[in-house]
Amino acid sequence: MQDDARRKMWTTALAWFIALVVFFPIFWMAVTAFKTEVDAIATPPSLFFTPTVENFQEVFARSNYGRYVWNSIAVSFGSTILALAFAIPAAYAMAFFPTKRTPGTLLWMLSTKMMPPVGVLIPMYLLFRDMGLLDTVTGLMMIYTLINMPIVIWMLYTYFKDVPNEIMEAGRVDGATPIQELFLLLIPLAVPGIASTGLLSIILSWNEAFWSLNLTSSNGAPLTAFIASYSSPQGLFWAKLSAASLMAIAPILVVGWMSQKQLVSGLTFGAVK
Amino acid sequence: MKKTVLSLSIAAALLSVTAQAATTVTIGTVNNGDMIIMQRLSKQFEKQHPDIKLDWVVLEENVLRQRLTTDIATKSGQFDVATIGAYEVPIWAKQGWLKPFENLSADYDVDDILQSVRNGLSYEGKLYALPFYSESSMLFYRTDLFKKAGIEMPTQPTWDQVKGWAGKLSDKDAGVYGICLRGKPGWGENVAFLSTMVHSYGGQWFDMKWQPTLDSPEWKAAVTDYVNLLNQYGPPGAASNGFNENLSLFASGKCAMWIDATVAAGLLFNPDKSQVADKVGFAQAPIGKTEKGSHWIWSWALAIPNSSDAQDAATQFITWATSKSYVELVGQQVGWTSVPPGTRRSTYENAKYTEAAPFAQPVLQAIESADPTHPTLNPSPYTGIQYVGIPEFQAIGTQVGQTIAAALAGQMSVDQALKGAQSSVSRTMRQAGYGK
Repeated sequence: MQDDARRKMWTTALAWFIALVVFFPIFWMAVTAFKTEVDAIATPPSLFFTPTVENFQEVFARSNYGRYVWNSIAVSFGSTILALAFAIPAAYAMAFFPTKRTPGTLLWMLSTKMMPPVGVLIPMYLLFRDMGLLDTVTGLMMIYTLINMPIVIWMLYTYFKDVPNEIMEAGRVDGATPIQELFLLLIPLAVPGIASTGLLSIILSWNEAFWSLNLTSSNGAPLTAFIASYSSPQGLFWAKLSAASLMAIAPILVVGWMSQKQLVSGLTFGAVK
Repeated sequence: MKKTVLSLSIAAALLSVTAQAATTVTIGTVNNGDMIIMQRLSKQFEKQHPDIKLDWVVLEENVLRQRLTTDIATKSGQFDVATIGAYEVPIWAKQGWLKPFENLSADYDVDDILQSVRNGLSYEGKLYALPFYSESSMLFYRTDLFKKAGIEMPTQPTWDQVKGWAGKLSDKDAGVYGICLRGKPGWGENVAFLSTMVHSYGGQWFDMKWQPTLDSPEWKAAVTDYVNLLNQYGPPGAASNGFNENLSLFASGKCAMWIDATVAAGLLFNPDKSQVADKVGFAQAPIGKTEKGSHWIWSWALAIPNSSDAQDAATQFITWATSKSYVELVGQQVGWTSVPPGTRRSTYENAKYTEAAPFAQPVLQAIESADPTHPTLNPSPYTGIQYVGIPEFQAIGTQVGQTIAAALAGQMSVDQALKGAQSSVSRTMRQAGYGK
């Protein structure tokens, strides 16, 4: 009994320690956002300072924050919904009606993630130019859907595999069509898995920087382009950069906190048989 | 009440019509202090030109370069104004990517732009970009520390002197390092600085047959001094310090000397950004064997891609942002120490500027005396001081920068680093078809 309590204390302490280490950079960024530029570069770092909102004011004055946030939300949620719409039927088919080629197909899908994206930049750029998709939310949404699809299918596939086939069979015996089986049985059973997959896809799209910086310039630019505009090769703008970064991660941080429970239960879904 | 609503909506409708008729000029630029001021003041340009709407795309330097290259090479026309450097202008002009500036109005007074700056932005006698600001490199030092040590700084010190002073002034217990220099690998980072040092030591990148000469005694002497200086008297972790890191070190009083871009002068002199604003001294960059190539010249310039569909509006904007009246506008609204330096003779003839900025004369002297067409002691086939004006240089510079950073971090000896750099540069040049 005592051993248990002690072990619990130690694991709690360890968890706190790891959480603090992981959270420290974000905390430091938040603190720096409220410093003046001189305080931001002071060594040793100043812990006590008069906070200022000057950086936020300047960031608001210089950039159209609202447009960036809207683009980020539209692109990450839009691409996630699209990816799920394609991936759920695909994973369903692969999990419950596998053929000889299913493992190979899965592996092939994942292999598309192994190519460095810069290798296809020019062809993609030309395609986007000819289709009039450069600097549009639609274009970015399409490319994120394609980028995240392999991961989404893989994750859903593993979740669906854990749903007992007997339940599906019982449904079929009762005369359910494949569509009914998918919507009335599988999706309700796998909600935590689908939710955590969706959340992962949203976060990946939110943070994606390569394509968003290369394919958009102003009208379709999401928050990654907004942060990039505060990084400077000549000059010290750490406080402003921190303020901009804080504003860029705030929405997704809130979404993450709100869905924490879903995420954790989704990630361990089916971990224990 | 109803009437006001009606008239307001008519006004709004009219406004939206004019907004639709306006030409949009998309400007790709970097987040440097002078560009931020330009973005802020451009509201006045929009007021004067209601038919032009400006759209800003601000990106980090390397991202912007990649973005512009992709866009211009594929003729996609996303950008109407491109902020590019003196390195790109002749290379891009040769590719036919840029629109030349011809028939500029007398009012613009193109002859007022410094000759050395204009040369850097021309290709076959035509001007392909107009300079927004220019810089050279110089030595910054702490007047209080020099006074205390009883050292008098000449207008142009030698590398031998700098080596001696670095040891004398270094006081690591007090957190003061004798010298801070760039160590972060990259063709625009440590290589830019090292090029000036090597050139001044009498070395060069290539001989007249385009064979690399990184295994020469001059390179060895320069790189050995560089590595020793930083390891003995420099800040810890110097191999990851670039311009910004050193600026922050110097601004917080950690460096006795620092050799870097002249734009740092305005920043170090600004008490809002620097704790040493009242004790910064300026001298010309140190020389080794020769004055040639001992300090660089760089311009940030505005150019119009040929693929742009708003070339007239873009020309109007660029000639506004690089004009004499823009300099005057910044002086009045932001302050004279913040005017874009190094482009126009008239700026340096303006008493308001020279009084406000004590670094004006040394900066002008450095810019005017830098000659990118003759960067080396012995004849060389290339132009450029802190870079070589060929498209392959970005790759070469970054390779060499990485091996030298490894030598600085103690992962290999200087000999090994230079030997490795020599063979990798030879390979790149052979593949690119030079020296045949």
